[in-house]
Amino acid sequence: MTDTTINDASVDTAQVVVSSRGYWATVARRVRRDPVTLFFGAVVLLIILSAVFAPLLAPADPYKASMILRLKPLGTEGHLLGTDETGRDMLSRLLYGGRLSLFMGIMPVLYALVIGGALGIIAGFVGGATNMAIMRTMDVFYAFPSVLLAIAISGALGAGIGNAVLSLTLVFIPPLARVAESVTTQVRKLDYVEAARASGAGSLTIIRVHVLANVLGSIFIYATSLISVSIILASGLSFLGLGVKPPEPEWGLMLNTLRQAIYVNPTIAALPGVAIFITSLSFNLLSDGLRSAMDVRI
Amino acid sequence: MLAYIIRRILYVIPISLGVTIIAFALVHIAPGDPLNAVVGADAPAEVVEKLKRDYGFDQPLPFQYARWLGRALTGDLGNSVVNNQPVAASLAIAVPNTLMLAITATLIGFVLGACLGGLAGYFQGTWIDKIATGFGVTGVSVPHYWLGIVLVIIFAVEFNVLPAMGMGPGGSAGWEWNWTHLRHLVLPAITLSVIPCGIITRTVRATVAEILSQEFVQALHAKGLLHGRVMLHIIKNAAPTVLAVMGLQLGYLLGGSILVETVFNWPGTGYLLNDAIFRRDIPTLQGTILVLAMFFVVLNLAVDILQTAVDPRMRRS
Repeated sequence: MTDTTINDASVDTAQVVVSSRGYWATVARRVRRDPVTLFFGAVVLLIILSAVFAPLLAPADPYKASMILRLKPLGTEGHLLGTDETGRDMLSRLLYGGRLSLFMGIMPVLYALVIGGALGIIAGFVGGATNMAIMRTMDVFYAFPSVLLAIAISGALGAGIGNAVLSLTLVFIPPLARVAESVTTQVRKLDYVEAARASGAGSLTIIRVHVLANVLGSIFIYATSLISVSIILASGLSFLGLGVKPPEPEWGLMLNTLRQAIYVNPTIAALPGVAIFITSLSFNLLSDGLRSAMDVRI
Repeated sequence: MLAYIIRRILYVIPISLGVTIIAFALVHIAPGDPLNAVVGADAPAEVVEKLKRDYGFDQPLPFQYARWLGRALTGDLGNSVVNNQPVAASLAIAVPNTLMLAITATLIGFVLGACLGGLAGYFQGTWIDKIATGFGVTGVSVPHYWLGIVLVIIFAVEFNVLPAMGMGPGGSAGWEWNWTHLRHLVLPAITLSVIPCGIITRTVRATVAEILSQEFVQALHAKGLLHGRVMLHIIKNAAPTVLAVMGLQLGYLLGGSILVETVFNWPGTGYLLNDAIFRRDIPTLQGTILVLAMFFVVLNLAVDILQTAVDPRMRRS
């Protein structure tokens, strides 16, 4: 990585800020040359945009039921992707469903990124008893398989979007804290951080300038890979009847309510799962590509 | 090594205590009076009073916890709110069913994942690698509850070759080792195996690739060892990592089987949990979570010790 920055004519190697831009330029160049990552990055963007603009894109009202139009197959006139068990337009529900599914998949990871990252940096930077207290508490949460922990907490709290987001946040805090802690501990011992401290930099300055720069890359990449898991888990919670309540459109819940239709119209019954699958696969491949472009090892 | 193992075993104690605290807290984070979580709303007043004293809901939380823990240690996990049966009794039936499903799925995932990952790592950059890697990423990205539904649609609805639900003919819960019962295991086990298969494929590929890049492999080739013998060395080096991942996956499946068990009406812990959530039966939820988490803790311990035993590098440190 360093040799590319030095060879780059536009970079003044004497300045830390400029050479770090050189790193990002390298990352961007690597991503541009990786068609798989570009493609799935575009798919992710498309999914997010279609969820955001669902009201403009949806051909019908996602809540409007119809007794005579129940479980119509794909390609029915006016209902491109057919209709569900109460005759609501599938395409509109899938578009609207993306809003809740993405929200419930991404928000827990974002919250956990902030909370887990902060906890990990504090634990790694302060060390000693603080580290013990924080990281051993994280170990307790690690003693639960992630799905089980999410189901336990939302099961006790009861159904609801907020409860599902809360339980998933708790699931993702420990792994992110662990990554942040291990990177911070490594960085803290580096010579140049010692040098910065010796030349009078305070703790906050060291965290802001040196620790964050190193930690953010690692936990950001790790967090993007968690989004895929989070989307599957969030929809899974709704599939179990936790999380989103009917009649809200959400992929996991739609998959659940359409289970009764697998003998009548199996294609329609499987559609919401296809949406979850494509979304999770795209996030996974995007994060894989970003990881190799940023050359981060976790 | 012995010192490490003893330390590792002792470490289980604080972790287990932490797990019991979280399990205990579940009753108290449930909305409403914790007593409502323990008895049905229609329970007679004297039963409510007796339970209040039994559970000590009038006492401070640490006392309640100690009391609950003491009962849990003797195998008393409370009674179900729905049918008043001991939770421990329902678990005694459900846990073996889940274990059977999870172990079968882990074995399928391990065999497939190790083969695919090994091939991908050995033939890096070739089309074999691309297919295996693609398979791996698909495995970790597919929502397995959906895959279960798709498999039911294909094999039970369209072709009608495998049963869609339950553990035996006519929805019977008992298990026997015969073909009719094994047929019921096929779809749920395959569905559940997809995630470990993907993860093991990815791990094995990365491990094999890393080992191949080490100098000792070149030295082995240079001294004239046949490919098969070099492979043996690679397997020996990869084994500890792969074993660890496999052990952890089994633990994840014990907890993660809930969605698959729901899809297939498999009478295991997941089904129990799902039912408990649906009926807001908090004691059953709490007991099941506690037992599954403890399984996971013990499994983690076993994996760590086994890894130390298998890997001479760890034995020395």
